[in-house]
Amino acid sequence: MDGRTGRDEPDAGRGTPAVVVDVDGLDRMIRGLARAGYRVVGPVARDGAVVLDDVDGVADLPAGVGDEQDAGRYRLTGVAGGALFAHTVGPHSARRFLSPPRRTLWSAARDGDGFTVDGPAADDPPVALVGVRGCDLAAIAVQDRVRQRSPHPDPACASARARAFVVAVDCARPASTCFCTSTGTGPAAGPGHDLALTELTDAHGHRFVVRVGSDRGAAALAGVPWRPATAADLDAAARVVGDAAGRITRRLDPARARDVLAAAPEHPHWDDVARRCLSCANCTLVCPTCFCTAVEDVTDLAGGHASRVERWDSCFTLDHSYLHGGAVRGSTRSRYRQWLTHKLSTWWDQFGETGCVGCGRCIAWCPAGIDLVAEVAAIAGAPGESGP
Amino acid sequence: MAERVATATAGSPTRALAGRTFPARYRVATRRAETPDVVTLDLEPLDDPIPPPRPGQFVMLYPFGTGEAAISVSGLGDGGTLQHTIRAVGATTRALCALGRGAVVGVRGPFGSDWGVGSPDLDGLDVVVVAGGLGIAPLRPAVHALLGRPRSGRLSVLVGARSPADLCFADELGRWRRRADLHVAVTVDAAAPGWDGSVGLVTDLLAAAPFDPRRTVALVCGPEVMMRLAARGLEAAGVAPERIRCSLERNMHCAVVRCGHCQLGPLFVCADGPVLPWATVAPLLAVREL
Ligand SMILES: Cc1cc2nc3c(=O)[nH]c(=O)nc-3n(C[C@H](O)[C@H](O)[C@H](O)COP(=O)(O)OP(=O)(O)OC[C@H]3O[C@@H](n4cnc5c(N)ncnc54)[C@H](O)[C@@H]3O)c2cc1C
Ligand code: SF4
Ligand code: SF4
Ligand code: FES
Repeated sequence: MDGRTGRDEPDAGRGTPAVVVDVDGLDRMIRGLARAGYRVVGPVARDGAVVLDDVDGVADLPAGVGDEQDAGRYRLTGVAGGALFAHTVGPHSARRFLSPPRRTLWSAARDGDGFTVDGPAADDPPVALVGVRGCDLAAIAVQDRVRQRSPHPDPACASARARAFVVAVDCARPASTCFCTSTGTGPAAGPGHDLALTELTDAHGHRFVVRVGSDRGAAALAGVPWRPATAADLDAAARVVGDAAGRITRRLDPARARDVLAAAPEHPHWDDVARRCLSCANCTLVCPTCFCTAVEDVTDLAGGHASRVERWDSCFTLDHSYLHGGAVRGSTRSRYRQWLTHKLSTWWDQFGETGCVGCGRCIAWCPAGIDLVAEVAAIAGAPGESGP
Repeated sequence: MAERVATATAGSPTRALAGRTFPARYRVATRRAETPDVVTLDLEPLDDPIPPPRPGQFVMLYPFGTGEAAISVSGLGDGGTLQHTIRAVGATTRALCALGRGAVVGVRGPFGSDWGVGSPDLDGLDVVVVAGGLGIAPLRPAVHALLGRPRSGRLSVLVGARSPADLCFADELGRWRRRADLHVAVTVDAAAPGWDGSVGLVTDLLAAAPFDPRRTVALVCGPEVMMRLAARGLEAAGVAPERIRCSLERNMHCAVVRCGHCQLGPLFVCADGPVLPWATVAPLLAVREL
């Protein structure tokens, strides 16, 4: 790409003219982030899914890979044109890196008849997340607000979050499970990114229109060849997002869902869901906003050292609500009700917003094909507002 | 790049986190068996003490390598000393009850809401304390605080236990009984030889307790069924549900609104509770398996 490079960083902030980089420019940006000390994580096609993992450059990204999703179904497909972000969201989300599935909180070592305590471990390197979709960008913010509600927010997660660099991407090919237009979280990437890309693969070449969301984002473009975006580039980008929004048909009204579920703790439909739900916890593990964890002790064989290890947990397990004598939520009915009511209703009471960002993961990854949008519609007593 | 990678410095935890994010260490100064499976520990700080808990609040106690358990303060001593009264029901509480004098235990806290006994809202009001079983543990420091308050109304302490042998703080209850400024009544589900007190439900003790229901605050702690009965009895006597404070138990892993385990509908019991008005919790507890 000709044009300016490096030293003149585009200015950050609202109203900043967007710039255009090509595939090589994106590659340089990723390598630049790694050189600056970031662990760069992006989408990678593996074992039949697009997951998030370390990437060295654009060669690791899933070129020409799309996905088809439906209730209980997720399949990769080939997409002509070689786009790097033709897929939507897979089973992983940013929370895997900002609040990892397993980590040590603190540890203790025997010392005479007592013990000493070692506080939280040193910080890991900061993470740069490449390819974050609008729904997941919103989910990062939802989890921020969860963390802020703690009287003693976890220092390691707060630090990981504050240092994270986010390269967002607008969605061009939403899945049938997506409903971000209902939650107001997509298909365009909203606020909260350092850089946001719209991928274009038209006659004018494979390129990215880049919006700069922060000073760090502007700095990351140093050393990357870019040119100012033209009106034609911006039009093309707007069309990509507009077309994507037009293809999303699934609808959920978050404010209505809140009221419907708040009024329905004893609704007979919970029994109907319970007959289908396997209590497998998949929905909670793929959901980008779920935050439940369990903490357990891991001791060495000699018993001289013990770590408090936090791992992801789910309200679908019996242990989640265990009190000596038994679980409070002993039935699948009550556990599914907890998941759906927390996500869509009590989340409002706790955090002032819905806990759902409309990513559709829980629909695709449910082995029984349970679709929360349809379940809410059934409880509301209305016919499903959209079919799978 | 504007953002520099933070250089990782291992080691010494900052003061602000000790006692909150990871435990401060305390030493068991005394250990007293209350009943065959309940022990009271007096803990003295080895590290900087945690901020003083208010009656009704709880801490997370950590016996080395054996988990953490939510345990209320059952008494507050001088110099940052904490008292805890623990029933051995599982791995963590058994390890806590087995700690001998001099043993070290980790403490995080204090967490949660309290009984509000330090508040001027209670000035001139009658207070009825209703405790079932180990529910007396978190209520004991509330009684201590109420006995010292200047503008007090009448104070009643109603205690229920399974049997005379299951009664905690029996000596102290005896001393309280001899005080003129306190109405104390104790009942058991099943009497034993030598028991000359009453037999029956703790709620049966309400009738003889001196309080003006329109000017009363009730503090209730015990098994959920007992709290439901007590609240019903108090409401029937004319105490408003907003004035009935009860202390809830839910599974707790973090105590700081992180693990999600303690949810009860919209509430995080670790932070919104454990002490909550009956008016708030009654509709939630009425839903089975919430
Ligand atoms: C706010 C609060 C105050 C409490 N105060 C006291 C007290 O003063 N004295 C006392 O003896 N007990 C108290 N408890 C109960 C005590 O926390 C449990 O008995 C203890 O956690 C059981 O752990 P365990 O490993 O011994 O038992 P297990 O039955 O083996 O527990 C397994 C796991 O289940 C959970 N769990 C089981 N029972 C309870 C329970 N009742 N409450 C919360 N989590 C539970 C814990 O996460 C535990 O790790 C309190 C509980 C709460 C929520
Ligand atoms: S509830 Fe389902 S659709 Fe909503 S954010 Fe979670 S996984 Fe996505
Ligand atoms: S309670 Fe269930 S739905 Fe809510 S955050 Fe925890 S795992 Fe997710
Ligand atoms: S105990 Fe973990 S959220 Fe309340």
